[in-house]
Amino acid sequence: MIDEHVTRHVARLARLRLTDAECDRMQAELSAILTYIEQIQELNLEGVPPTTHAIPMENVVREDEPTPSIPSELALREAPEVHGGGFAVPRMG
Amino acid sequence: MSTTWEAVIGIEIHAQLLTRTKMFCGCELSFGDPPNTHTCPVCLAHPGALPVINREAIRLAIIAGHALGCEISERSVFARKNYFYPDLPKAYQISQYDQPICGPGRFRYLTPDGEQTLGITRAHLEEDAAKLIHLGAEGRRAEAEGSVVDFNRGGTPLLEIVTEPELHTGAAAAAFLKQLRQTLVHLGITDGSMEQGSMRADANISIRPAGTVGLGTKTELKNMNSFTFLERGITAEIARQTALVEGGGRVAQETLHFEPTTGRITSLRSKEQAHDYRYFPEPDLLPVVPDRAWVAEILAALPELPITRRERWMRDLRLTFEDAEVLADPPELGDYFEQVAALAPPKSAANWVRGDLRAQLRERDQEPWQSGVTPDALADIIAMAESREISMPSAKAVLTHVIDHGGAPRDVVAKLGLGAIQDESELMTLVDRLIADNPVQAQQMREGRDKLVGFFVGQAMKATQGRADPARIGELVRERVSAG
Amino acid sequence: MALTDLTAEQAVRAVTAGETSSEELVRAYLERAEHDDWHSFLAIDRDGAIDRARVIDAMPERPPLAGVPIAIKDALSTRDLPTTAGSRILEGFHPVYTATCVARLEAAGAVVIGKTNMDEFAMGSSCENSAYGPTLNPWDVSRVPGGSSGGSASAVAARQAPWSLGSDTGGSIRQPAALCGIVGLKPTYGAVSRYGLIAFASSLDQVGPFARTVRDAALLLQAMVGRDPMDSTSLEWPEPIVLPSAERLDGVRVGVIEELMGEGIEPGVRIACQAALDHVESLGGTLVPIRLPHAHHGLATYYLIAPAECSANLARFDGIRYGRRALDAEDLLEHYERTRGEGFGPEVKRRIMLGTFALASGYYEAYYGTAQRVRTRIVEDFEVAFADVDVLASPTSPTVAFPIGERTGDPLAMYLSDVCTIPVSLAGLPSLSIPCGLSDGLPVGLQLAGPALSENRLLDIAHALETAIGFDAVPAGVAA
Ligand SMILES: [Mg+2]
Ligand SMILES: [Zn+2]
Repeated sequence: MIDEHVTRHVARLARLRLTDAECDRMQAELSAILTYIEQIQELNLEGVPPTTHAIPMENVVREDEPTPSIPSELALREAPEVHGGGFAVPRMG
Repeated sequence: MSTTWEAVIGIEIHAQLLTRTKMFCGCELSFGDPPNTHTCPVCLAHPGALPVINREAIRLAIIAGHALGCEISERSVFARKNYFYPDLPKAYQISQYDQPICGPGRFRYLTPDGEQTLGITRAHLEEDAAKLIHLGAEGRRAEAEGSVVDFNRGGTPLLEIVTEPELHTGAAAAAFLKQLRQTLVHLGITDGSMEQGSMRADANISIRPAGTVGLGTKTELKNMNSFTFLERGITAEIARQTALVEGGGRVAQETLHFEPTTGRITSLRSKEQAHDYRYFPEPDLLPVVPDRAWVAEILAALPELPITRRERWMRDLRLTFEDAEVLADPPELGDYFEQVAALAPPKSAANWVRGDLRAQLRERDQEPWQSGVTPDALADIIAMAESREISMPSAKAVLTHVIDHGGAPRDVVAKLGLGAIQDESELMTLVDRLIADNPVQAQQMREGRDKLVGFFVGQAMKATQGRADPARIGELVRERVSAG
Repeated sequence: MALTDLTAEQAVRAVTAGETSSEELVRAYLERAEHDDWHSFLAIDRDGAIDRARVIDAMPERPPLAGVPIAIKDALSTRDLPTTAGSRILEGFHPVYTATCVARLEAAGAVVIGKTNMDEFAMGSSCENSAYGPTLNPWDVSRVPGGSSGGSASAVAARQAPWSLGSDTGGSIRQPAALCGIVGLKPTYGAVSRYGLIAFASSLDQVGPFARTVRDAALLLQAMVGRDPMDSTSLEWPEPIVLPSAERLDGVRVGVIEELMGEGIEPGVRIACQAALDHVESLGGTLVPIRLPHAHHGLATYYLIAPAECSANLARFDGIRYGRRALDAEDLLEHYERTRGEGFGPEVKRRIMLGTFALASGYYEAYYGTAQRVRTRIVEDFEVAFADVDVLASPTSPTVAFPIGERTGDPLAMYLSDVCTIPVSLAGLPSLSIPCGLSDGLPVGLQLAGPALSENRLLDIAHALETAIGFDAVPAGVAA
């Protein structure tokens, strides 16, 4: 089952800040959901290939031909913070 | 008794591919354009945007796989590599994981010591990250006030090549990388510029007691943007590990940064935790199953591989390893050389192309294949020099004239009056006069100082403005001095 | 008869015949959309819609969709129109491009009047997970409209739009259609381009229509279907979508999914579905009991695959290029964690956590890997079934619309709302829900599913059944 350590580790991987209360609740809920989900681990799936795409297709590519880019004003329009034509990022630490 | 240590090195190379557009969108590749002028919803990872594979990147990867001696996979699959970083807009890089486009193989290359091979684990396609510009602190990340992202480079197609850990020294690693770069550039896969970052190499380095087979803990050394830095960086890291272990310490698995100006190695570890990339198959893209006929067509259209060309030159044209290496890079130089060598003795052609031609052109910022010296013209100059129709200094003068003013070499010789003095009696008179004018030197020669022959040859060349054949003058000087 | 009582098909005909104008239609619907007692809409584009209607009215010849208005789920990117996917993290976001399916509808002459409410990032079955408050069911405002496309369903049920677009990952079109008493179609995976659909689970997401009739749904699909160079998974469509006209079901074999007709299905729902299926035989078709041995593993499989994909799909919401960011973060890590921790609601966080866990080192094979293999089994179950029958039938939802708040405290109970629709989603098959009666005054939906690319056949069968069922109830609060 999933303990507090795993819950915090997963939250960090997903870059989600959880309050202590949220973390407790998340741990309980995930545990309940995983208990339900683990039913599929009982199945015999030996030799069964995985399905990534339900409708099998392959080789969908495009030609190496340029299409118009968008103007930089538009690219930057929705950014919360812009600096010198770039997207501003907080200190990396 | 002290242990001797052996280093085990594997290299990872990221090469930007010479496509027109990005890996998964139609934005044109650019260098040096204003920030964020080559972006679209796809490469900015706007909500709802989807990637589509660039067919040309697949074609270039297939060519590279062939040159690396790898298998071209019958089926390859893109995967998401998940991690958060501001230069990665989707917070996952579309890469390949368990089914890369090129499977294992061995890369064959030439070194001064002969043919070498290096195991290639895999080569796969992925997209490049964007460019982060750190503000303040002279661009260093750790102290920067903040950073800005320019997504122009984000999404550039990359081929990542991973070698087996079979190298043992920095020099061997650099030799390999040089040959790899030459091959990739020659085939038009990448422009190979390490300074501009279109080809980047990281090294995985560990040490073990010589003669053992296990592998020690490895470190990953990054940021070596020239062959010299790669060699120096690896050498320094081997020394660091050896000193550490001999001092009773242990090597920690970490990512390191080589600082070329100081030669220092620093840890890149930040307070973020260890990565867990959570690879899984990219559901937005479909498997690539290259059509066999298409692969055959691509390979049939390939130019001769650099190694094949160099082996042929060394075998059929009797070129040395070094001549062949220099002349094969860049490929245009090799093409030029082959045209000259078809019209003149190959060894002379090699000397002229490598030597005087390149030296003179370099001063003028030109390359042979773009210059006014056609292979025909150079072959004519070589022919006249070899038959002693003109002296060597005259031949060089003719070359200079052709470079600067054009014209057929034979016309240039006539126009400048550079034809060698063929008349023996004229030469004899000249030599006699020089002996008479320099009695001291003549006497010393008679007493055995044969080196002074050069003095007379020099005087003769000066007197004839280079039109005399220095070899013949030398013979005549010896003859007449001893006769006198 | 009010303009808003016309089906979309009738409205197209009326405008084309000059009996009314696009502007009149658009104004009539805007009037209702703006009196939004059900909170169907997150944004209404009154001025833009009227402008576009006038442009269409001024054309020498009416385009195929004749300026008939449409409401669009807020999961679809619409250039310069607010698009939030029901999330706080996209508050104030105005996309720079329009989704292919919306662009195709606009090119065919549809007029977008607004964006509809939804569970945040399409995660939910009740529309209660919207960061902007729940949508209410027009049949009973104390109940949910279903989800995640709840706003699109309630807008059509409440005559705020003649039709609308939704998206369906595990049932998000069919289940709200059932709970709101309208038609909802999830096409074959890849039938409609996903370019511009804000991704939840890429291998399952599919855009589709809500409408009051099967023919209207077909008309809308007709204008969107087919390959889009911007979506690698979009399909070259083999034949045009035809408006269905079948009246009989002679020779049609309808498979009844045994696993989905028994335990876990509310009696009122079962009775209504059974009654609808009785029409199959009176129309000349046959009913065949069918087993899908892995169907009951669908939910568990889905709740690994969809969260895994969503954990990556939602990673781009990092407050750097668009959307909200946490203020005054000390450094990058805090910026990420607070932007996402504050921007996402509880259900979204739950699924991101679940998916991150399922893919994490050491857990991948046991969770995500296993789910992908079970998915193969489920696909095979359908292949076997379709060797014997033309379509499969089951209830769309195990219950009628449930009271607001009933399942919000119990994620698993909420997930079970989609137990009937999920297996079809995992197999990528076309499926629709048609209203088939009432239970305690609330609508019940019948789900029909066909083999991949069988839309024309499926729509024909659904049309014949719809006609025979003759469902004509209208929510009390909606009647004009
Ligand atoms: Mg890589
Ligand atoms: Zn782009």
